[in-house]
Amino acid sequence: MKTLIFSTAALTLVGILGFGIQGAWSDSDHMKRLSTGVAPVTNPLYQEECGSCHLAYPPGLLPAASWQGIMSGLDDHFGDNAELDSDVLQQLSNYLASNSAEMSAYRRSQAIMGSLRNSRTPSLRITELPYFVHEHREIPKRIIELPEVGSLSQCNACHRYAEQGSFSEDDIWIKGIGHWDD
Amino acid sequence: MKRILQLILMAIITATPPIAMAKTPGEPTSFSAQRGEKLWNRQFTVSGQQRSCASCHTANPRQAGKHVRTGKTIQAMAPTVNPDRLIDQSKINKWFKRNCKWTLGRVCTYQEKGDVLDYLKSL
Repeated sequence: MKTLIFSTAALTLVGILGFGIQGAWSDSDHMKRLSTGVAPVTNPLYQEECGSCHLAYPPGLLPAASWQGIMSGLDDHFGDNAELDSDVLQQLSNYLASNSAEMSAYRRSQAIMGSLRNSRTPSLRITELPYFVHEHREIPKRIIELPEVGSLSQCNACHRYAEQGSFSEDDIWIKGIGHWDD
Repeated sequence: MKRILQLILMAIITATPPIAMAKTPGEPTSFSAQRGEKLWNRQFTVSGQQRSCASCHTANPRQAGKHVRTGKTIQAMAPTVNPDRLIDQSKINKWFKRNCKWTLGRVCTYQEKGDVLDYLKSL
C-alpha cells in the first residue's frame, strides 16, 4: 500500500513538473491517462446526482469558475431543472472546486486551462472551451448528426472510455462507424 | 369502540400509498391510479414546448425511457419490472420536485403525486 501511495505521488509529481520522461513510464496506465486524459470521476455522490441524466462529466473538464456558475443555476440547468438539496449542493460544489481543471495535473485539464488564458468569464459549456472547439474542429457535421451521437456533448458516443477520463484518439469508437482518426 | 376506530384509522394510513410526502391538513387521502395514468400522458406547454412524463419515460412506465435532451437511458419506472424504484423517499421527493417543474412548469400537488405513485405501483 505504501508503495502504491508513493508511486502515485511520484507519478503525479512528474505530471505536475511536466518533465518529458513519459517514455520511462510507458507501461503505466496511470501515466498514459495523465498524458491523454482527465482525472476519472471518483465521487459516488457526484456519479449518482450528476450521472442520472447525462454522463457525469469529469470535473477536470472545466475551470472552477464554470463549475461555480453551473452549481449556482441548477434550477435552469441548460433548460432542465436539476435542483439539489443544499447539503448535497455544498458537498458537490466542494468536490468540483477541488478537482476542477486548474487543480489537475492531467494534460487535457492543463490544455483546457491553457486555452482559456486570461478569459475572466469562461463558458459554462465544455463544448465551448477553446481547446475543445480546436480538438473537434475536423469532425464532419454528418458524424455529429448521427442518431447515435446527436451532439458534441455526448462524450461517450465516440470516446468509449470517457467515464474513465480517457479521451485518447486510440480509444475513439463511433457506433456504426468504428474507429475514427482525423 | 375507540380501539376499533384506531385500528381502522391505522389501516387507512398504512394503505395510503404516497409514503414520500408530508401530509398537510385538508389534503386528500384517496388516490387514483387512473387519474395518475391520465396525468402521466397529459401534455403541458412549458417554454413553448409540449412536455409530458411520457416525453422521457414513454407512455409505458414498464419499459425503459430516454432522456429527451441527453438521450441517456432511463430505467423503467414501474416497481414490478424495476424493484429499485419507489423505495427511497428522498429520491422520490427529489425527482418529483425536478421533473414536475420541468414537465408541468410548477410543483405537483399532493394529489397528483399520490395518483402517479398509485399508477406506477398498479402496473
